[in-house]
Amino acid sequence: MSTTLLDVRDLVKHYPVGGGLFGRRAETVHAVDGVSFGVDAGETLAIVGESGCGKSTVGKVVLGLAPPTAGRVSFGGTDYADIGAADMKRVRRRLQVVFQDPFSSMNPRMKVRDIVAEPLENFGVIDGRSAITDRVRDLLVRVGLPADALNRFPHEFSGGQRQRICIARALAPGADLIVCDEAVSALDVSVKAQIVNLLLDLQAEYGLALLFISHDIAVVEHMAHRVAVMYLGKIMEIGDRDVLFAQPAHPYTRALLSAVPVPDPAVRRGRAALAGDLPSPIDPPRGCRFHTRCPLAFDRCRVDEPALRAVGSGRLAACHLDQPADA
Amino acid sequence: MTATAPDGEGFAIAPDLPPLIAEPPRRGRVATFVRRHPTIVLGAALLGLMVLIAVCAPWLGTGDPQALSPAKRIRAPSAEFWFGTDSLGRDVYSRVIYGARTSLLVGIVVALAATVAGVAVGLVSGFVRWLDPIVMRVIDGLMAIPSVLIAIALLGIARGSVVNVIVAITLAEFPRVARLVRGVVLSLREQPYVDAALACGSGGGRIMLRHILPNALDPIIVQATYIGASAVIAEAVLSFIGVGTPPTVPSWGNIMAEGRALWQVKPYIVFFPAVFLCITVLGVNLLGDGLRDMLDPRVAKRA
Repeated sequence: MSTTLLDVRDLVKHYPVGGGLFGRRAETVHAVDGVSFGVDAGETLAIVGESGCGKSTVGKVVLGLAPPTAGRVSFGGTDYADIGAADMKRVRRRLQVVFQDPFSSMNPRMKVRDIVAEPLENFGVIDGRSAITDRVRDLLVRVGLPADALNRFPHEFSGGQRQRICIARALAPGADLIVCDEAVSALDVSVKAQIVNLLLDLQAEYGLALLFISHDIAVVEHMAHRVAVMYLGKIMEIGDRDVLFAQPAHPYTRALLSAVPVPDPAVRRGRAALAGDLPSPIDPPRGCRFHTRCPLAFDRCRVDEPALRAVGSGRLAACHLDQPADA
Repeated sequence: MTATAPDGEGFAIAPDLPPLIAEPPRRGRVATFVRRHPTIVLGAALLGLMVLIAVCAPWLGTGDPQALSPAKRIRAPSAEFWFGTDSLGRDVYSRVIYGARTSLLVGIVVALAATVAGVAVGLVSGFVRWLDPIVMRVIDGLMAIPSVLIAIALLGIARGSVVNVIVAITLAEFPRVARLVRGVVLSLREQPYVDAALACGSGGGRIMLRHILPNALDPIIVQATYIGASAVIAEAVLSFIGVGTPPTVPSWGNIMAEGRALWQVKPYIVFFPAVFLCITVLGVNLLGDGLRDMLDPRVAKRA
């Protein structure tokens, strides 16, 4: 089962700020600073973290939409750095995306038929107009849309329906891995549940792997097999969902989990609320990135950056406090 | 049982009442279009009228617009000279009708040329990052030169001609299109659907032509019509100050220029070409506004 589909090694992505013809390259945003993970065929890896932690940037680099500053990304054993445009196109066929905003992720001037047909045409999956139309109709029905959606424009659909169209587009070329970049975050709760269930059904049916980027811990807990927790461009903790949710090893993971609302007013929990804001990724803190907000930080955290290392139960955590969570 | 059948006889309380919601009368497609897009129809009608006048100029009771008859100069409008005659005795009616040819030719050719050039430059500038600052500084430079100066410079190089007028106005107008297109391209290329298209295997050319250009079309079309309107005015201005179309070619601008000296005593020489100019510009602008509303699929579906 576990053949590694996507392999990311020491990925770094920096964005220059400022610049231009006469501007100087003044500063750098450290969006992603040394991130490694793998996604196996058929599994769901969730990347969670607060806004600005670099999780969406990871998705962009994985999709080949932005070149990495350093590090390696390979899909199905093919390293992006070694291949040209033609081979990249072959990779892209197996690697699709569903974006957060169902309103801007489709060209408003194209009909649904043409939107879903685009990957079929580009990758040469099938030939002939009518064959493509038939395939698009099948895909639309598979994601739960009426077949007459073909000749309508995206603006005629609701947010949840649009997200179904995006999923149909991602399925069209026969992808092995779909990057879901906050794919359900813009939807309201009942629609969100429908889309989550659709993704789970499709995963079971086609053996899809999902890279599920989200800040919604409840959805992640429902969907993911493994979870990576990101903070300020680094992975703080990565491991199997059950272990990570039951016994979070990293103080940041604990804070994140305690922020999830529990739908029961009788439950009173000690919330490990974090003080302050996310530090600027232009000038990340020295030592452990989390030390400015960590309730357990001590002197070593301010100078020495902890590496990810095994903390038992197949988990990796980047913290100097090596013991697992106090249970 | 009968109580649950709404069309049963027991419920026919007032069978003669007309239905609450009257069925809309069936209309032809033309009538529907007129009802939905009155501005397009009005603008196109005004512009079409002008085009018709320009095309049919010889058959509209006109004489030779250049024929001089000093004996009949500065006549007021009459049955013989509908718009009167100017200081050289030329028939103002004939000159205004023939002048429509010049003005419309300049307006349409400038609108097309400036749009094509502007879209090409704007697309490239918005898409090719390293070229952008260079192209934009050149465009800034061009925008700093008024069309009057370009026209005067061209007049210094070559003889005054309609072609020179078109070149001068196009050079002055196309940077505006280029800037507009570049700005739209820069904002559209950040749209998630462009990233999605890349992920779907689309190349740069396909993305530009299929995803970016169609979505940039609204402002481009509106801008093109405004440029057409302003080219008609610019031609009149250039001709008015004597650097535009040569005196041998009647245009609304040089008719007004020639009537300028007599403005206080014989206002009709300026009045009639000015009215034609206004109607043309109004028609083009109405057409542009209407097209913008129609081409936006979100607005178009509104019944």
